[in-house]
Amino acid sequence: MDFLIELGTYMLENSSELLALAGEHVMMVLYAIGFALLVGIPLGILAAKFKKAAPVILSLVNILQLIPSLAMLAILLIYFGLGNSTVVIGLFFYSLLPIVRNTYVGLKEVDASVTEAGRGIGMTPLQLLWKVEFPLSIPFLMAGLRVAAVIAVAVATIAPYIGGGGLGSEIVGGINLQNDVRLYAGAIPAAALAILADFLLGIFERKTKNRFAN
Amino acid sequence: MIQLKNVNKVYEDGFQALKNINLTFEEGKLNVLIGPSGCGKTTTMKLLNRLIDYTDGELTIDGKIISEIDPIELRRQMGYVIQSIGLFPHMTIYDNVATVPKLLKWDKAKTKDRVYELLNMVDLDPEVYCERYPNELSGGQQQRIGVIRALAAEPKIILMDEPFSALDPISREQLQDQLVQLQQEINKTIIFVTHDMDEAIKIADQIILMREGEVVQKGTPREILTNPKDDFVREFIGQERLEKAQGLPPMTAFVDANFPSVNVEKSVDDLIDVMVKHKKDQMPIVDNDDKYLGIVSLYDAVRKHDVVLRDLVNPDIIAYRETAEVEKFVASKDTIAPIVKEDETFIGVLDQDQLLAVLHDKIEPKSGVRS
Ligand SMILES: Nc1ncnc2c1ncn2[C@@H]1O[C@H](COP(=O)(O)OP(=O)(O)OP(=O)(O)O)[C@@H](O)[C@H]1O
Ligand SMILES: [Mg+2]
Repeated sequence: MDFLIELGTYMLENSSELLALAGEHVMMVLYAIGFALLVGIPLGILAAKFKKAAPVILSLVNILQLIPSLAMLAILLIYFGLGNSTVVIGLFFYSLLPIVRNTYVGLKEVDASVTEAGRGIGMTPLQLLWKVEFPLSIPFLMAGLRVAAVIAVAVATIAPYIGGGGLGSEIVGGINLQNDVRLYAGAIPAAALAILADFLLGIFERKTKNRFAN
Repeated sequence: MIQLKNVNKVYEDGFQALKNINLTFEEGKLNVLIGPSGCGKTTTMKLLNRLIDYTDGELTIDGKIISEIDPIELRRQMGYVIQSIGLFPHMTIYDNVATVPKLLKWDKAKTKDRVYELLNMVDLDPEVYCERYPNELSGGQQQRIGVIRALAAEPKIILMDEPFSALDPISREQLQDQLVQLQQEINKTIIFVTHDMDEAIKIADQIILMREGEVVQKGTPREILTNPKDDFVREFIGQERLEKAQGLPPMTAFVDANFPSVNVEKSVDDLIDVMVKHKKDQMPIVDNDDKYLGIVSLYDAVRKHDVVLRDLVNPDIIAYRETAEVEKFVASKDTIAPIVKEDETFIGVLDQDQLLAVLHDKIEPKSGVRS
């Protein structure tokens, strides 16, 4: 009980500081996810459209995902140095797999009768992709985005090890100083952020799913 | 005109789906492909819009080899109703129907008029259905949307793969009538796949009966009914229909030329007088040139007798040409069959008592022998 009161007081007293860290945390995640969408969606489309490219692309993003997070950040550190941008690059790599894979699966799942109708009434392959296949894969993409966002929020907490900021600063600070209050003051908002992202994107995902379900 | 000469199709897995197909689909004719499941109807259809390519032989459209026609252009000029409907689930009904006009960059107003016209044609109120999504429609309604999506850009050739299979008998009849009417009015070339012999007999100019990738017999409904080539054809048509059809004289033989008609300029009260006098509950309506316009039922006339006659006319009950085959009426579920000349001039109405008598004579002695 005492601990909770202590924690509450600490968080209240440092609320503006904590808010700034949370903001920084969110920004890193947003950048990473944004880039991952920019790169991942085209990769997913390539994989779905070219049978030969699919295994190459999918195994590549799979391998990226398998590298332990600290190791990944350490490797990136060698090439990009300390700082938030290195963190963003790392998060970007982690977000890639769910986005590429789900874009790929989403496109593959489009009902054959629907694509046949599109082709049959004279859509070019590109029109078919943009007007029919891609829109129909969005529910899958949304699911991938949700997973990516949750992973990114979590992994971003180790940013301080490579000179980044965000809520991880409180956690790492707390660990180093063996200060539980600080540790929790960072961990609880980080967990809340992950849950929030999961929840909000989940709503979005269900909305798109309902719309397209047939 | 579409022509297939010695066309074969072997699928990638080595299965030969079409064997030496020779067919001609003439312009402005309604051609029906019929046959047991798996006999190659859909395959034949997909050759025509290049969704699949044939293995060898020759396929020409208006004399041009099909492989030299750009497939995208080709498909946009050819309506295609696919067997599994295939509506775009993420688009509203409006956008679904407007797909091809949009691809062809029609202007907005024209597209909208066309979509509304088509929705009304299939009895779906545009105000209600335009903004709905396909999963908010019943199966039969979806199928109707699939049909009008193919008609939207007024293609000259229409491919329809079992387009009415999910419809109840009444809307099915209605759409069949509309299709026949459409085809007569605008001279479309239609290739229509069905499993239903009654449907084929009713709408076809040419029936093509297929089995295991081969054409078994082709010809007008009359030719097939009166001259089935072998036991397979006979079995497929069914004993009952064969007996009905054996040697039926054409429409002209059954014209009741004394059946009255009423000029559309007359008042509804005049109409009711005529109907009561002649004891008719349905009355053909004609214009000043004696051209057939439609039917008015006594029920409608009595119920709404304060409107002008023109508004009561139901144009959906189509007239038969005097040269038409009487089987068409037998296969339909219409209750009255107005008969017109080539130029739509009203001649009379099919005399159903006489028709029944002929049918009766045909069936009675045979069933006596059979039992
Ligand atoms: N892509 C394919 N690869 C191999 N065989 C195929 C392929 N598509 C169809 N077939 C085969 O070709 C034959 C004809 O198929 P098709 O779809 O033309 O039949 P259909 O007459 O339309 O049947 P239904 O009335 O059931 O729709 C069938 O035996 C089918 O299994
Ligand atoms: Mg088929």
